[in-house]
Amino acid sequence: MTGTVETRDPSRSQDQGRPQGRNRLRALLIEALVPIIAVVVALLIGLIFIAITGRDPAKAAEALWVANFGSRRAIGEALVSVTPLIFTGLSVAFAFRAGLFNIGGEGQYIVAQLAAAVAGYAITGLPGWLHVTVAILAGALAGGLWGAIPGLLKAYRGVHEVVNTIMMNYIALYLANYLIANYLKAPGALPVTPEILPTARLAQILPPSRLHTGLFLALGAAVLVYLLLWHTRWGYEIRAVGHNPRAAEYAGIDVPRNLALAMLISGALAGLAGTVQVLGVQRAFYDPVGGFVGYGFDGIAVALLGRNHPAGVVLAALLFGILDRAAPTMQAMAQVPKATIWVVQATVILLVAADQIIRSLFKRRREVAAR
Amino acid sequence: MSRKWIAGIMAGLLAMAVLAGCGKSATDQQGGQSQQQSQQGSAEGEKKPFKAAMATDVGGINDQSFNASAWRGLQKLKEEIGAEVNYVESKRQEDYETNLATLADQGYNIVWGVGFLMTNAIGAVADQYPDTYFGLIDGEVQGKPNVVSVLFNEQEGSFLMGVFAAKTTKTGKVGFVGGMELPVIERFEAGFKAGVKAVNPNVQVITVYTGEFNDPEKGKAAALNIYGQGADVIFHASGKTGEGVIQAAKEQNKFAIGVDSDQNHLAPEHVISSMMKRVDVAVLTISKQAAEGNFPGGQTVVLGLKDNGVGWSDTTLWDKMPPDTKEVATKWAEAIKAGKVTVPSTRKELETWQVPEI
Repeated sequence: MTGTVETRDPSRSQDQGRPQGRNRLRALLIEALVPIIAVVVALLIGLIFIAITGRDPAKAAEALWVANFGSRRAIGEALVSVTPLIFTGLSVAFAFRAGLFNIGGEGQYIVAQLAAAVAGYAITGLPGWLHVTVAILAGALAGGLWGAIPGLLKAYRGVHEVVNTIMMNYIALYLANYLIANYLKAPGALPVTPEILPTARLAQILPPSRLHTGLFLALGAAVLVYLLLWHTRWGYEIRAVGHNPRAAEYAGIDVPRNLALAMLISGALAGLAGTVQVLGVQRAFYDPVGGFVGYGFDGIAVALLGRNHPAGVVLAALLFGILDRAAPTMQAMAQVPKATIWVVQATVILLVAADQIIRSLFKRRREVAAR
Repeated sequence: MSRKWIAGIMAGLLAMAVLAGCGKSATDQQGGQSQQQSQQGSAEGEKKPFKAAMATDVGGINDQSFNASAWRGLQKLKEEIGAEVNYVESKRQEDYETNLATLADQGYNIVWGVGFLMTNAIGAVADQYPDTYFGLIDGEVQGKPNVVSVLFNEQEGSFLMGVFAAKTTKTGKVGFVGGMELPVIERFEAGFKAGVKAVNPNVQVITVYTGEFNDPEKGKAAALNIYGQGADVIFHASGKTGEGVIQAAKEQNKFAIGVDSDQNHLAPEHVISSMMKRVDVAVLTISKQAAEGNFPGGQTVVLGLKDNGVGWSDTTLWDKMPPDTKEVATKWAEAIKAGKVTVPSTRKELETWQVPEI
């Protein structure tokens, strides 16, 4: 009667394998089609929007190209803006797989930046490979702890993680403000920590752009998240908790432990976004004087668009990074307001969130075919 | 499972190969690009219109404050010499460098970085584009022949705002709302407090820093708090956050003093004056010098009261203040211009500052 016995029976699973496989393929196709259609429609809407406001859509499209693919530097810079989005997208997706909504990416990003920067400039005398590893771990750990606090509160006290992660964002922001202003500021006027030592830097891989090896870390993290979630027992437990915590508990899974751990990992992933920005791009922690930088929040959109799957997240991060990167060039070349890019991004999200519209089209066609 | 591992590794290798391939072909493209740039340089001789652009800090072009002021300067430049002007807004601090480089790539002759947070970015980009002029507002980059830095003596203008506030208050309490505790904002605070002290040392100044430059909600909360403690005039130096301060003044029927741009239009009955910081004048003047071939490269230009770099707005509501206010303020302004009064620019200087006889 239990599921495990059934799936262990080779003949039966083979029997069901074929039709199931085809169904799965179709499901996967629909799953992938929804975001693709959303992106195409959103880009069209963006172009129409540009035309209506009296700008040249062709020039805007050219700017999008030039900004991201126009030169070696452009390609590198585009990937610079993609890298943190992969991490924050993975962070949100991972938590989501455990049924948790981590809106705390911003805060986890900030504390990780602080930790990575301090580890980067305060620790001396280490060889390069070790120093950079220590700095990365410091950042990931700080982000992880920042995520684990709301995780633990959720797991063992039932406090809703959405409220707590948002509050943790503000605590991180003002903590950073305070620490920079009073203890960590480099000499001079700028509200920034001292620069990290050369041994803590992530190597540049495509000069003159600022692209750094953090990109490989991000892609590696995507692979790891995939393996963890779908090819380990523990990942199975996390997904089970995400599907139905009661059933998971009934099956003997330690639900609170999994919730807390999921938030720890999710926080560490968001933290890695901040870590690679410090070690690879900014080389110091700049106090976020304009408030939150937005990678954490953008990660929610990236995860949504990427269907909470690591491969989807990487593709969605690519799209959002490219659009982000295009916005200033569109302003410079075609006088297109940066808000236009936000319209495109928002439309993508809207269409993906309202995916039932697209799904219902497929369903109807299938029903017609069946008849 | 092992097959999947292998597939994963293969995909990774493929991705790296593609990346490496891109890298190579892109090198050639880059060579082409720099050629293009030098061509653009020679074409300039054939009387192409002068091109000027600016990159805002995270506050954006509609901050009603100093980014907006810089943009007014460029628009004036367009009117006066027919220059082609443009701007790019920055979303994040790490965008500064790429945005400045994007504008330089587009062949703008002078590129302005507005805000002292751009200091490092201007320094880095100026080296990469030696043929482009760069201007930096509120920050200082030294020793680069293609960079001019513009600083303002905000404390001098803020001093006059302190005079207005101390004259206007009926409760003996006034307020100051700052964005972040940065040296620039400290100049506003120190100057303002000195001005208050010069008029009436018994007037108390309640100071709040919101920690952010673009959150009007926080500005409003801070202002309501200060008004709640009995103050009736607040001077803000907090960028977009200050919109909330002015909003609170309107709702509470109290007074506010604006900053950077003339902010009277935000609440015509309640903004009694604005500490004008003429970023527009600096941008216009120096861009024009660059167009004429007299770019003051490598210099740091400091603009104070006597250069009309700072001062009160034309819309100052004299009828909301005691009748002798203008006379008193003018007297102080003249003394500062003549160098007879040195306004403190830090809290430390303020501590030991004595009100001089004028």
